[in-house]
Amino acid sequence: MTNLPENTPYAVEMQDIVIRFPGVLANDHVNFTLRKGEIHALLGENGAGKSTLMNVLSGMYQPESGTIRINGEPVSFRSPKGAIASGIGMVHQHFMLVPTLTVTENILLGLNEPKFIMKLATYDKKIQKLQETFGLKVDPTAKIWQLSVGEQQRVEILKTLYRGAEILILDEPTAVLAPQEIDELMETMRTLVSQGKSIIFISHKLNEVQAVADRLTVLRKGKATAEGIDPQGLTRTQLAELMVGRKVIFQVEKVEREPGEVVLEVENLSTTNNRGLPAVRNVSFQIQEGEIFGIAGIAGNGQSELVEAVTGLRPIEGSVRINGTEVGNCSPQKSIRCGLAHIPEDRTGMGTAPNLSITKNIIMKNYAQDPISNGWRIDYLAAHDHAAELKEVYDIQAPTVETMARKLSGGNLQKLILAREISGDPKLIVAMQPTRGLDVGAIEGIQRLLLEQRQKGAAILLISEELEELLMLSDRIAVIFDGELVGEMAASQADLNQIGMMMTGALRSDG
Amino acid sequence: MNLEVILRAGLSTGTILIFAAIGEIFAERSGVMNLGVEGMMLIGAMAAFKVSYVTQNAWLGLLAGILAGGILSLAHGLVVISLQADQTVSGLSLTFLGTGLALVIGEGLTGLNTPTIPTVTLPLLSKIPFIGLIFFTDFNLLVYVGYLLIPLSWYFIFKTRPGMHLRAVGEKPSAADSLGISVYGTRYLYTFIGGCLAGLAGATISIAISPGWYSNLTTSGQGWIAIALVIFARWNPYTAALGGYFFGMLRRFTLDLQGPAMILGLRNPFFYDHNLVFFLQMVPFALTIVALVWGSGAARRNRRGTPAALGIPYVRGERGL
Repeated sequence: MTNLPENTPYAVEMQDIVIRFPGVLANDHVNFTLRKGEIHALLGENGAGKSTLMNVLSGMYQPESGTIRINGEPVSFRSPKGAIASGIGMVHQHFMLVPTLTVTENILLGLNEPKFIMKLATYDKKIQKLQETFGLKVDPTAKIWQLSVGEQQRVEILKTLYRGAEILILDEPTAVLAPQEIDELMETMRTLVSQGKSIIFISHKLNEVQAVADRLTVLRKGKATAEGIDPQGLTRTQLAELMVGRKVIFQVEKVEREPGEVVLEVENLSTTNNRGLPAVRNVSFQIQEGEIFGIAGIAGNGQSELVEAVTGLRPIEGSVRINGTEVGNCSPQKSIRCGLAHIPEDRTGMGTAPNLSITKNIIMKNYAQDPISNGWRIDYLAAHDHAAELKEVYDIQAPTVETMARKLSGGNLQKLILAREISGDPKLIVAMQPTRGLDVGAIEGIQRLLLEQRQKGAAILLISEELEELLMLSDRIAVIFDGELVGEMAASQADLNQIGMMMTGALRSDG
Repeated sequence: MNLEVILRAGLSTGTILIFAAIGEIFAERSGVMNLGVEGMMLIGAMAAFKVSYVTQNAWLGLLAGILAGGILSLAHGLVVISLQADQTVSGLSLTFLGTGLALVIGEGLTGLNTPTIPTVTLPLLSKIPFIGLIFFTDFNLLVYVGYLLIPLSWYFIFKTRPGMHLRAVGEKPSAADSLGISVYGTRYLYTFIGGCLAGLAGATISIAISPGWYSNLTTSGQGWIAIALVIFARWNPYTAALGGYFFGMLRRFTLDLQGPAMILGLRNPFFYDHNLVFFLQMVPFALTIVALVWGSGAARRNRRGTPAALGIPYVRGERGL
């Protein structure tokens, strides 16, 4: 944090920005300013309009009304090109990188130089130099798909710097990073402002904002609820209120519970990823009744493959037993019969059929059972009643149960999946990133449901990148790195720093 | 049956497939799958033949063939790029549209003679022993154009700036768009180039390599083979060229196999039983399927495969690619 004097000139002034999407007012007369050499944090729930506002600034959307000034000059961007020319560089939350191109190629994309022939080697050197200036290390000749998420982010930042960006927009840059990587990113941000760049930092974590930001703006439902306030001295509860508009309880009650019989037994499990490379290496663990076993790790260290192996979706070596029945290399149906509930990471791809109704999505598991099916015919009346009941119980916000799943918001979609998976009283729940991308209110609801199931005696395998969530919900925690479980500990004795180091492979303790 | 004849026939007829396949590689690298290659080839063949006949100038015919394929491809472009319709359906309809148009406009052309693109022997190069005879002697000019097109298109796609933009648009249009590359513009351009090359492939048949207009037998399904080649070649012009020439040789080989009564001292079954010939004619196509299955598995493992955005319409700001 650099305490900038009050009279520092503005790099960006956005006034009365209005943007309307079909049925929503995404930005309702929003004001936003950024001083030169400042880090300005922008907070808000999902759908509050942060990304929309930044897309206006980066030229992706044209506002209905409102003015934008860059360094005092009024501008109006017709396309991202105009914004880039004005020195604005956006690092999107979903990286805008082409996976099959190299780092250098990605950085050069869209530029007028080189004219025709690529001469990549020359440009590799240029980019190496740029990296050294700002302390952003990554191999220029590597292809993007070979890089870690943190490295990809560095490429995104380099890309904007190479284009001469003076104003950087970082859209939830920390959401995908491990704790150590977050520290590195903050160091980078400080280096950047010390060299005269200005940064807009989108986040929803107060501690991060307080660590780097000079000022803070909060959006809620398209309106600013705080404009350019000082983040110091703000409490987490106050901030949550600004974001959500009501008080949020952060700590979900967790009752002590003695674990019972072993439900899931995984022994020497190994499997490969889609490219045929080893993804999970010789993993063993057990989960008991009424126990939540959390697995921490940075995305891409074998979590997806582990989940697919346990749920019967991926061929394995080793063994997976649910209540003593071997389910590895069998059909997912067998696992389901053994009491498996799967809350997949990909809600729209694997979790639901987006173009089918809520009813059809809800009966996907018990469509063959009484009363929904009598023999070979599906009784849609019964299915409808069943869905309507679950919609009520799980509080799925939708006009009717005939609404298509793709029209639901992320939180409601997740509730739909939970309703389907949990309503059958599962013995084992495998949940991957169950709260990712949801807003504070929805997260609370989902966490409550998981704890309820634990209370009822389900064994739960929880995989998450949110350390806080893991620590709060889990009874035991293990860390996965490069396909191996590198450490296991009781959640009550877990140390955030230590877990963070294990996640990056800097530390391992087998015990 | 002799090796020299088969090799030369492969290079000659393979040229047709190579033009069409490289055209489709360009289109698909930008994210636009165009299953209308057969239709574009046929209309190219017809236009080339008709213009060549009317003007008595093969070069004008060639130009007409190229443009006919290109213009037809723009119809596909409009439907799938601007209107975001399903590429498979539109491509299939394009085949019907192209075939239908070509048959109607080409009515009465059968049996006529036109000027053709000349056959050339390259000086110097043709003097190289054996190689000169196989590769550089007495071929249609367009065969040599094919030789050049292969490395040039490879270099363009992988080593130049526009080529990099092309790949970016086909892999991740949102990234390209965010950097100011026009996704629609790029897709229209390469769809058009793809159409032009398909038209050229058609013209190569009707006024160069096997001159004449035989209605829809002129192309006889080679457009589909070209599409299969693209997938087999993992969107790489060199591999497509190998496949195209090999396929050409194979067809010639199966044709030659029907000729002699005795092979290596044995009775040739294909000479005696005409029904077996149908199976023989099927062999190149069956091998295509085998190659496809084998090729796509290897490609997936090495991430050298389908452009990620192939077949997916791009709408700015919408989730997805």
